[in-house]
Amino acid sequence: MGPDQGRLTMELIGEVVAWFTDPANWTGTNGVPNRLLEHLRLSGASMLVATLIALPAGLAIGHSGRGGLLAVAVANLGRAVPSYALLLVFLPFFGLGDAAAFPALVLLAIPPILVNAYTGLRGVDRDLVEAGRGMGMTELQLLLRVELPAAAPVVVAGLRLAAVAVVATATLAALVAGGGLGRYIADGFGLRREDRLIAGAILVALLALVVERAFTFAERRTLLPGDQRRPSTADLAPPPLQSGLR
Amino acid sequence: MSNAPSRAATVEFRHVTKRYDERAKGNPAAVNDLSIEVPAGRICVLVGPSGCGKTTSLKMVNRLIEPTSGQIVIDGVDASTREVTELRRGIGYVIQQVGLFPHQTIGQNVATVPRLLGWPKARQRERAEELLATVGLEPARYRDRYPSQLSGGERQRVGVARALAADPPIMLMDEPFGAVDPIVRERLQNEFLRLQEELAKTILFVTHDIDEAIKMGDLVAVMQVGGTLAQFGTPAEILASPASEFVARFVGADRGLKRLSLSRVRDLPLQPLITARPGEDCALARQRALADPFPYLLLVDDRSRPIGWIRDADIPATGTLTEALAVPMSPLLNRRTTLKDALSMLLDADVQAGIVVDRAGAVVGLVTVDMIADRMRDTAGENRFGPLEPDAQEDDAAPTGEGPDGPVDTLAPPEPVEA
Repeated sequence: MGPDQGRLTMELIGEVVAWFTDPANWTGTNGVPNRLLEHLRLSGASMLVATLIALPAGLAIGHSGRGGLLAVAVANLGRAVPSYALLLVFLPFFGLGDAAAFPALVLLAIPPILVNAYTGLRGVDRDLVEAGRGMGMTELQLLLRVELPAAAPVVVAGLRLAAVAVVATATLAALVAGGGLGRYIADGFGLRREDRLIAGAILVALLALVVERAFTFAERRTLLPGDQRRPSTADLAPPPLQSGLR
Repeated sequence: MSNAPSRAATVEFRHVTKRYDERAKGNPAAVNDLSIEVPAGRICVLVGPSGCGKTTSLKMVNRLIEPTSGQIVIDGVDASTREVTELRRGIGYVIQQVGLFPHQTIGQNVATVPRLLGWPKARQRERAEELLATVGLEPARYRDRYPSQLSGGERQRVGVARALAADPPIMLMDEPFGAVDPIVRERLQNEFLRLQEELAKTILFVTHDIDEAIKMGDLVAVMQVGGTLAQFGTPAEILASPASEFVARFVGADRGLKRLSLSRVRDLPLQPLITARPGEDCALARQRALADPFPYLLLVDDRSRPIGWIRDADIPATGTLTEALAVPMSPLLNRRTTLKDALSMLLDADVQAGIVVDRAGAVVGLVTVDMIADRMRDTAGENRFGPLEPDAQEDDAAPTGEGPDGPVDTLAPPEPVEA
């Protein structure tokens, strides 16, 4: 890095700070509050739908022990297909905008939720299940009173992985003319406005971090008093379902 | 039904067979044509090596496993005709790993079945506290704790309390004391037997430990690999006359000794002995002592509590008896001491006779090694499967060519007492 480069970097930092302090960037359609709201709305809706699909499915598979192969296959498929490709696949069907991003994000969120729900339940001590069943719990009572509480940290970890991935990937919506914080990145790129591009990237990164912390906090809440488990064990659930942007 | 008074139920296995893979013809059965009847209020222990189908048999009672054929009849009703959750809520279930719910407090764990039965909250809590006290856990101290905060022994107690919560007439216990150390296990066993005296539940108890089976069982069903019943009877019957070589080998070469643990000092006709108090006239005491074949006189205090032995020959010709004449005593036994423990105490002290005292410590008689040896001989039974073939021995502990009487002789040298 030469002295020239260093000067440019300092200049850029100054421009980014100026972008953040410019009141114009905090109001109106293209202001941070509105873009943040768009981003959260898209991410939240995707997460909600993905959870409604994947959580019951994962719990059912985990409880019955049947269809485990299906869960693994779905997970691997989810990992193999890049979200960007999905986005383009959906474009002709849903048109430009958030509508095309939405199904891509749902599909992105399903694998971690499904797999963690499944592995979490499978990981529940068989003795607990046997004790519960032997005492006369119905299958639903077993699931809700024994298995789900015991598997909660792993299940919530799946939600966390999905949420972080969705929040990060929702940025792509801007590429198909959707809203959200990705707009700053796409526009900054198109208009060669580096300050805007970098500010957008910072905002997305911050949001992902906040979401990650929030879910980690929820995970801790599911741990038991005197529990030997640490939240990190939740990450033992199948390997990296972490990455969002590919 | 939750208010029904506790009463035990009979449990009957009628030609029960379980094959896990029903498609394969001629596949080995996990349980093969098992027929036993457990009378109400009794403990029946299912014992055998691993793979003998004992746990499978147990789990067929609460239908965690369904029999392939045959019936399990509880108080005359075929278990398979009952609604399965309702059936299970009426059967206490204790497993080796306890299976306490880690996210629930001890109180909530104990109240699991009452909650399933829809008891009012207050009554659930009340019942949980009552049961914690029953199993020896201070309710105020334990109620609000979590399973991970308890020791293994404490968790086992909670497991028993949880199984008892709805006062079921039947309890199934699958190696309930298998996961705790031997000292805690012994204590839990004793406490459970005491508890059972009050509860009088019908209990099916699985273990692989023959000593535990003999100790806990009113009845013992010895099972062997292939899921067949090798013998069903009282512990005394099984030890006295094993029905097959398998049973003989399973109960062990030391079954004569094990048999002794089933008898207590009170079961023996005690040998009388001559006692005297300090201050008695020596001449008279000597006369009385010599009239009795036992070569010792026991000096006792004014409440008949033993002070020490005086050899007949050492009693002075004149004067009065003093404590200084007495030599240290042999072990003190009471009527409840098992013959196995009594023998062990005598051998440890290297003496031939032990003094039996009552609750107040007063002398009631003598037990000698000879008497115990005679008892062992009497109970050795027919010994159809007595001396094991050398190649059948699991280890070389018992030399060949020596019948069950062999070891007995070595315990009873011709010499009399040597206190």
